[in-house]
Amino acid sequence: MSDDVWILGIHMTKFGKHPDKDSVDLAAEAALAALADAGKSMKDIGILAAGNLLGGGGMGQQLQKQIGQTGIPVYNVSNACATGATALRTAVMAVKAGEADYGLAVGVEKLAGAGLLAGGSRKADSDTWTPSGRYGAIAAVDGRIGTETMPGVFAQIGQEYLYEHQYGGAPFELFARISEKNHAHSTLNPLAAYTKRMSLDEIMNDVMIAYPNTRPMCSANCDGAAAAVVVSGSVLKTLSQEQQKRAVRIAASVLTTDPWEEACQILPNVNTLTRNAAKQAYEQAGVGPEDLDLVELHDCFATAELVHYDNLMLCEEGGAVDFFESGATWRDGTTPVNVSGGLESKGHPIAATGIANVWEVATHLRGEAGDRQIEGARVGLAHVIGLGSACGVHILEKAA
Amino acid sequence: MSSQIPIVDYLVLDDGAPHLVSHECTSCGAHYFDRRNACANCTGTEFRAVDVPTEGVLRTFTIVSFAAPGIPVPFVAGVVDCGGTSVRANVINVDADPEHVTLGMKVRLATYSLGTDEAGTEAMGFGFEPAA
Repeated sequence: MSDDVWILGIHMTKFGKHPDKDSVDLAAEAALAALADAGKSMKDIGILAAGNLLGGGGMGQQLQKQIGQTGIPVYNVSNACATGATALRTAVMAVKAGEADYGLAVGVEKLAGAGLLAGGSRKADSDTWTPSGRYGAIAAVDGRIGTETMPGVFAQIGQEYLYEHQYGGAPFELFARISEKNHAHSTLNPLAAYTKRMSLDEIMNDVMIAYPNTRPMCSANCDGAAAAVVVSGSVLKTLSQEQQKRAVRIAASVLTTDPWEEACQILPNVNTLTRNAAKQAYEQAGVGPEDLDLVELHDCFATAELVHYDNLMLCEEGGAVDFFESGATWRDGTTPVNVSGGLESKGHPIAATGIANVWEVATHLRGEAGDRQIEGARVGLAHVIGLGSACGVHILEKAA
Repeated sequence: MSSQIPIVDYLVLDDGAPHLVSHECTSCGAHYFDRRNACANCTGTEFRAVDVPTEGVLRTFTIVSFAAPGIPVPFVAGVVDCGGTSVRANVINVDADPEHVTLGMKVRLATYSLGTDEAGTEAMGFGFEPAA
């Protein structure tokens, strides 16, 4: 137990539109609430890891200037959509290394109203064709040689899974039904950006973004923040019974990148690094996929959720479609997935996501999830993936 | 005839029929299309140019209906397996709908004009079209 790292306090802000708050306000709200939940203050914290992608840099120090400049080391981290998990893991590593008794990890993003991410807008072609860059391109290639937009990239990732496993059904409806599940789940989550149930028809007839992903099948751009206070097991033993009882053990904390494989530089391979992270995490935690009471996985698009059933080994290899069809991933199924509503409905303020999903799992393990509580939850897994790529997996266990 | 220039340097126009060329690692056989510093698989630093087959199978695709400003939609983006080398490309000369574009369909390389610049040079793009 003394080598273990625990979550002592954790918080997630309401996801959605916060026009009256800037990134620092949201980060401060999450951090102060996580500290209060832990029964600690900034004066106790020995290391701060801060994740934020679109705020211009230096989020950790900006946050300190609002809630406590104590001179501790700050790590500003950036790892695409895995940024929050990377911040958490940074704090975990510092505590595990014995460099700090308490670590604070924060992730925040202001994203409400943002449109397509990546791809940018196409510049006008130049007056004379001149090769530049690593491909000697004479013109913008997005839209001419494939797509750089996230909905299109992840659409291909989901479709590739169906090709490799010879799916004979209707792909569009299959993926739309995954989205239907997550939009149904979020109706029980008051912190979700969207809490309206959507019918299959509504989802399929919404605006097509990149076939087979319509708008509600894409992660929802929104504002939000999440923060966690972590503590070593040995220090936790010195705290109150109440603090020990509500503490959640981080049974595994893993970060991987994508190993080279044929085609991985053509279409990002989000599968192998997730499978590698999951394997390491199950080994560290000494649990298997069958032990998980709930899973929050990175459904940045409906097409992504399907492949991660397989990558996280929640189902037999190649069996993700049957697994979903069985109803296993609905909140009353054998392996509830994204009972928060997931990125498609709860929302995806990028750098907050990798701590927000840990908050979701931890809240169930504490038995504090209200209407959406998964009864008797003892073990849960939180997964994120950032293209480029980085994958974070955390397995959490209820205090004994 | 005015001169032509390819959209990217791995599209070869002037050596027989148009085709793609990859950088193949001489140690491990990994293929790349960009300028390389080293091999991401085996760390080797020597590469040779290899012609990529012009016919292949559509491994995956999406139909992009919503893109960055200035990009005409809809268009079909996908990955083509050309004899073991995967290629990113658009599927062209086909109706951009799931009735006409299917997983596993056979496709072949095709080129098209991107326009002519002030110096009279014509830029050529490429895609893959259904191979009936």
